Amino acid sequence: MNTWIEKQRHLIDFTVASLARRKGKNLGLLSIYGLLVFVLASVALYTHALRAEATKVLAGTPEIVLQRLVAGRHDLIPPGYIERIGRIRGVQKKEGRLWGYYYDSVVKANYTFMVAPGMKIARGEIVVGPALERSRGLAAGNGISFRSYSGELHTFIVADVLPQSSELVSADLVLMHEEDFRAFFKYPEGHYTDVALSVANPQEIKNVAVKLMNALPDSRPILRDEVLRTYASIFDWREGIMLALLAAAILAFGILAWEKAAGLSAEEKREIGILKAIGWETGDVIKMKFWEGLLISLLAFLLGYIAAYLHVFHADAVLFEPVLKGWAVLYPRFTLTPHIDGLQIATLFFFTVFPYTAAVLVPIWRAATTDPDTVMRG
Amino acid sequence: MLELTNIRKAFNQGRHNEYWALSGIDLAIPERKVTALRGPSGSGKTTLLTILGCLARPTEGRVRLKGEDISGLPERFLTEIRRQTFGFIFQQFNLIRGLSAIENVVLPAYPTGRPRKVLLERAEALLADVNLGHRRDAKVEWLSGGEQQRVAICRALINDPEALIADEPTANLDTKLSKEFLGILERLAASGRTIILTSHDPMVVESAVVDHVVTLRDGQIVDEK
Repeated sequence: MNTWIEKQRHLIDFTVASLARRKGKNLGLLSIYGLLVFVLASVALYTHALRAEATKVLAGTPEIVLQRLVAGRHDLIPPGYIERIGRIRGVQKKEGRLWGYYYDSVVKANYTFMVAPGMKIARGEIVVGPALERSRGLAAGNGISFRSYSGELHTFIVADVLPQSSELVSADLVLMHEEDFRAFFKYPEGHYTDVALSVANPQEIKNVAVKLMNALPDSRPILRDEVLRTYASIFDWREGIMLALLAAAILAFGILAWEKAAGLSAEEKREIGILKAIGWETGDVIKMKFWEGLLISLLAFLLGYIAAYLHVFHADAVLFEPVLKGWAVLYPRFTLTPHIDGLQIATLFFFTVFPYTAAVLVPIWRAATTDPDTVMRG
Repeated sequence: MLELTNIRKAFNQGRHNEYWALSGIDLAIPERKVTALRGPSGSGKTTLLTILGCLARPTEGRVRLKGEDISGLPERFLTEIRRQTFGFIFQQFNLIRGLSAIENVVLPAYPTGRPRKVLLERAEALLADVNLGHRRDAKVEWLSGGEQQRVAICRALINDPEALIADEPTANLDTKLSKEFLGILERLAASGRTIILTSHDPMVVESAVVDHVVTLRDGQIVDEK
């Protein structure tokens, strides 16, 4: 056993010395390889963390949101509608919500105006999301005017700014008092935008949705799980777009790696001949080259992955943020919670380290099985 | 030590350019003696040397090492025999560029799995023995021709083989360096090693250190002294 370990150490020593001899070539390969892993890992880590973040944020939202439809379009909930729902087993709470969109021509951005359930906001005051704080330079105590769709100017005092931690979903949010909301949008009394329902038992959610459809045929229940799925597919789609854009780069690297790994220089062939002549077995030469491929790809993988981790979780993924995060106009600024998935690492590892190591071995096997006497005739 | 019986070696066998480099060699290499193979270019010296050193297998005939038939052994076993029994000094020295002298010397011992410390100590002793101790960390491409050959000799000795195989050892050396080589050869022979070499050089073939001269022509032995 000791001899085996000592032998592997010798082979690794020789491999390292061998790599150091072709510094320029190997460093070049290492950086391109590392860059590829960095890009792939950045995309994977970022979208994964976004999905995790969305799940976390949506965990506090109602299980079912009920919208009313007129001619297939979302319409207001009229007075008496909520009462028509009646008592449905499993529904703990039902309440009408008020929210709408507002286009701010000053910064050319859309805000979401909302009456915050369970939050006490005085009349004439608003609580704004962090993106508004930045784009309009707002702070608690400042006044701000919005021209409503009817042309009237409404002035509000900023009571508070929402915490940064919730920015993924609250970046463009403006929370206000119900009466302010109705006055601003000329929202008819007793009408609501939609209805939020809390269902304690997750098994019951679908049943409740069916009962809602039966009781109110013109309604559309939206389940939280469906929203989560939509988010997930949006991020998957963005990830796909990103990877499609990178496909050419990945392919170029593939060709480069194959070229480097599969083609042996005359010098390398000569060296293999020498090693065989002085008593190395074919297996030793293959093992040495295996270590060489593994060292390069493993190092590139580690460097690329660590760089991607720092890029995503410490530098806010500056390179891919616009494509991957996506937001109407106001970009949310938030720090993602570091989240690493074992399966994701394994997949990335398999698709980067494995093909290169394998590509190194094929030509070596051919070269290593040539007769050792060729070196005598060199 | 080595006995060859009716050795024939063909290249490109079965093709239009088939060529028989050796045709019917019977030869016995005495133990602890210096044997020189000589002959003009294309006479089959190097081919014979590769068969004697287990670098190649004959197309026909038998090779016996200490009485044991090794001509039919698979490559893996031949490699082990080669590593344990023979040390090689090539005409072009065949050192690995970019590595230091001492790293080149220890290379044949890597597959043995001996501890690195032991290998380095032995390599240092060998280099010191040929007055190259001070050049141990120099890259081999920085060394002169004579120094490179001495590194190649140390490399051939790292596994302490019974026999040394040298192909045209003085072909790339001037007279002074050739004499130095003969001095080393004498010491190696005195230490009881079997030495087999090929050479064109009369200075080597006719020197007192050579005990046994085999002359080849057209793949056959024409003279043996």
